Amino acid sequence: MKVIFEKSVPGRGGVRPVRQEGCPPPQIAPHLARERPAELPELSELDVVRHFTELSRRNFGVDSGFYPLGSCTMKYNPKMAEQIAGYAGFASLHPLLPQLPRGEMLVQGALAVLHEIDLALREICGMAAFTLQPLAGAHGELTGAMIIAAYHKDRGNRKTTILIPDSAHGTNPASAAIAGYQVQVVPSDPSGYMDLEALRAALSERVAGLMLTNPNTLGLFDPHIHEISDLVHGVDGLMYYDGANLNPLLGRCRPGDMGFDVVHINLHKTFATPHGGGGPGAGPVGVGERLVKYLPISLVGERPDGSYFLDYDRPSSIGYIAPFYGNFGILLRAYAYLLALGREGLLRVAENATLNANYVMEKLRPYYDLPYGGLCKHECVFSARRQAARGVRALDIAKALIDRGFHPPTVYFPLTVPEAMMIEPTETESKETLDAFIEAMIEIAGLAETRPEEITRCPTTTVVGRLDEARAARRPDLASLK
Amino acid sequence: MPYIANTPEQQEAMLRQIGRSMEELFRDIPPDLRAPGLSIPPGLAEQEVRNRLAGMAARNKVDLIGFLGGGFYDHFIPAAVPALVSRSEFYTAYTPYQPEISQGILQAIYEYQSAICRLTDMEVANASLYDGGTALYEAIMMALRVTGRPRIVVDDTVSPIYRTMIRTYTGNLGIELVETRSRGGLPDRDELRKHINDRTAAVAVQNPNFFGCLDEFSDVADLVHKHGALLVVSCYPISLGLVKTPGAMGADIVVGEGQSLGIPLGFGGPYLGFMATRLGHVRKMPGRIVGRTVDGQGRQGFVLTLQTREQHIRREKATSNICTNEGLCALTALVYLSLLGKQGLVELAKTCAEKASYAGKRLLEIRDVRMRFPKRYYFNEFVLELPVAADRVIRRLLDKGFAAGFPLVRYYPGMARSLLVAVTEKRTKEEIDLFAHVLEVSL
Repeated sequence: MKVIFEKSVPGRGGVRPVRQEGCPPPQIAPHLARERPAELPELSELDVVRHFTELSRRNFGVDSGFYPLGSCTMKYNPKMAEQIAGYAGFASLHPLLPQLPRGEMLVQGALAVLHEIDLALREICGMAAFTLQPLAGAHGELTGAMIIAAYHKDRGNRKTTILIPDSAHGTNPASAAIAGYQVQVVPSDPSGYMDLEALRAALSERVAGLMLTNPNTLGLFDPHIHEISDLVHGVDGLMYYDGANLNPLLGRCRPGDMGFDVVHINLHKTFATPHGGGGPGAGPVGVGERLVKYLPISLVGERPDGSYFLDYDRPSSIGYIAPFYGNFGILLRAYAYLLALGREGLLRVAENATLNANYVMEKLRPYYDLPYGGLCKHECVFSARRQAARGVRALDIAKALIDRGFHPPTVYFPLTVPEAMMIEPTETESKETLDAFIEAMIEIAGLAETRPEEITRCPTTTVVGRLDEARAARRPDLASLK
Repeated sequence: MPYIANTPEQQEAMLRQIGRSMEELFRDIPPDLRAPGLSIPPGLAEQEVRNRLAGMAARNKVDLIGFLGGGFYDHFIPAAVPALVSRSEFYTAYTPYQPEISQGILQAIYEYQSAICRLTDMEVANASLYDGGTALYEAIMMALRVTGRPRIVVDDTVSPIYRTMIRTYTGNLGIELVETRSRGGLPDRDELRKHINDRTAAVAVQNPNFFGCLDEFSDVADLVHKHGALLVVSCYPISLGLVKTPGAMGADIVVGEGQSLGIPLGFGGPYLGFMATRLGHVRKMPGRIVGRTVDGQGRQGFVLTLQTREQHIRREKATSNICTNEGLCALTALVYLSLLGKQGLVELAKTCAEKASYAGKRLLEIRDVRMRFPKRYYFNEFVLELPVAADRVIRRLLDKGFAAGFPLVRYYPGMARSLLVAVTEKRTKEEIDLFAHVLEVSL
């Protein structure tokens, strides 16, 4: 398929911008002016519509089919939320209005939404307050790491290091490093949990905190979480909760009760906002009481008369981390989802996410190696090492699933499992869908034994075959330039 | 239960097949950690959710006639933009880890990268960052990596919203952050010269700047390059229909806020940070990048590439911690630019500038109202100097249904009477006339 610039026809136009008679010409001196127009495509509106419709047909979303991409919580995104985000009262609202005199009164509805999400997240996570500003999960991690730094600075602590388990998402060490910390990796024990002896050995006065995902990236809930918290707090370290895997805990168990001091949540995972082909997301950060004063500027507050205001007077705050109040459009979708689910709905999410993952795990256990085989929460991690011995690697299995109409699981993560296949079905998928997926996985395991070449040549049904990634990196073609 | 497919009977059947009860599935959670039950109201039907949120939306004032900009602009969005972007194959997908079934978003991002390069006259762009402020911060971090030097110079004509973000992010990193004082609405060359030396990694400027003034930075680029530093330019993409490009001025990294490219104001996000640079710096650039390649049969296809810069490979040594970015907003910007096209963008920029020019002329007819920077050229935003405090005027105009502009005193303490006025193509001549009239009688 041609790129859009190659379809351009000189002189053709799409949407016509409005014109106005009787205005003076623009006042731009020649040395400040552009010499030649930007070489944007010249296409009719229909050309553009056909181009992007065709592109959309070359893409696979949750609406297209089962998408068990581990750690990404690809649940159904309710259509209602899209419509709500488009309400003019939200979509047309200028973010600088609150900074005008008495401007807060112009945006009371939006501030109410923010306040109510804050309250709901506090309750769900057991934290004292949230900032809704972080614009993605990794942005939440960075915000949290800066809050940890502010706490230690205030206490006069000389801390240099953040501890991170070897099974962690890559963003954890990157975020800690960007907040100015050194990263020390803590290994897992043979059961897949944090190795407590290794943790004890790593702890010292230099440790600012521990970043942990629980359930972890193997889908396992770490039963030693109390002990871990106590150990870290013992050196005046803070506990950071990566909320990427919160889905199976909703209403069941709260990070605050586990001893975490800072929490980030990926609203685009747990709270069903669309992933957008790679964002936008939202990564609110919640903290315990003693850290509230460090939360970014501004925070929404409620006055005695029930009106809302933005609090900019926060002298201990880490400062400004986003231009405004967060990815409001995403927060709004998450709020709509929360309202629809309510107390009961949240509990059912946790139950069905966990049930679906355990169902898949048990059904596939005879066919694939399961390095950590107890009870899982929202996802399970298989290893394709048995198949790899026959020349069928996790990547090949992924491509074979594509030919069978499924989005593959996450492969080659976590790094602690060789040939990892990380399956997260989510609660919105039905037994029929899971059974069809299980059947496909069993068929693939069989073919790996008998006719491995039928797997390694996949995918055969897609618009392109396996792409030459080495060439892409060696001879970068990163833009169509004129 | 909404959005959960399995019936209680099916759940029972599944539990039976795996030989567990629902409670057993949670027995790994220690008993003292089991939450006693949430204090959250019961769920609502879709109709109730929508009514409730429609009620909350109605408590926001969106029918003001707006002259408020400050880097975030109320541009018209053609119907085809949301129609195409809301195709769910795009918006319900995630990061294209499996390129064979993600060619749609991958090709779109490649085209977006190309469009950003063509718009800014640069050679390579990334697949987006969170917003214009994050993009500026990431550009600064990139300059530190490229040059290995500690000092960053940011002029005070750069958005103060972004400067506060940069102060937060660089606070713990031992970076020398110098903010230079502008003169007459533009970066003061003498000031800049004072702070550019062999310790300087980058100088960051903005065009049009926060006061709406246009500048030409070729001289700054020469000065910066003479000292082995980089020039970072933040820009407003719609202005590039008419205004000289950062690439043509010699910028090394170009960033900006892409909200004006078909993305609603939406109370502050999601927005779109764009970033473009020279090919030689690509391996130091943060963010995802899509490249064009071929499959085994020689068919063209697109993949995420140069990933060794990124956190999932490099972990704590990555160029940035950003992974999920603003993919759907990048798609929006591409669709918008494609619909406008080569001539459309020029015409749109012209209309904005003409209407701003008209507004400037009408407002200056008011007694005692002046331009704060009369010698400067502007695109679609300018600073009026009023005879009274801008806050007072804004308050009075709000009562009459106008968002008159932004009071610069919020960020520049000496500018109590300065009002930043923005005009987009959405404002009509009649609205501008009415605005001038209402402003006149409110003074």
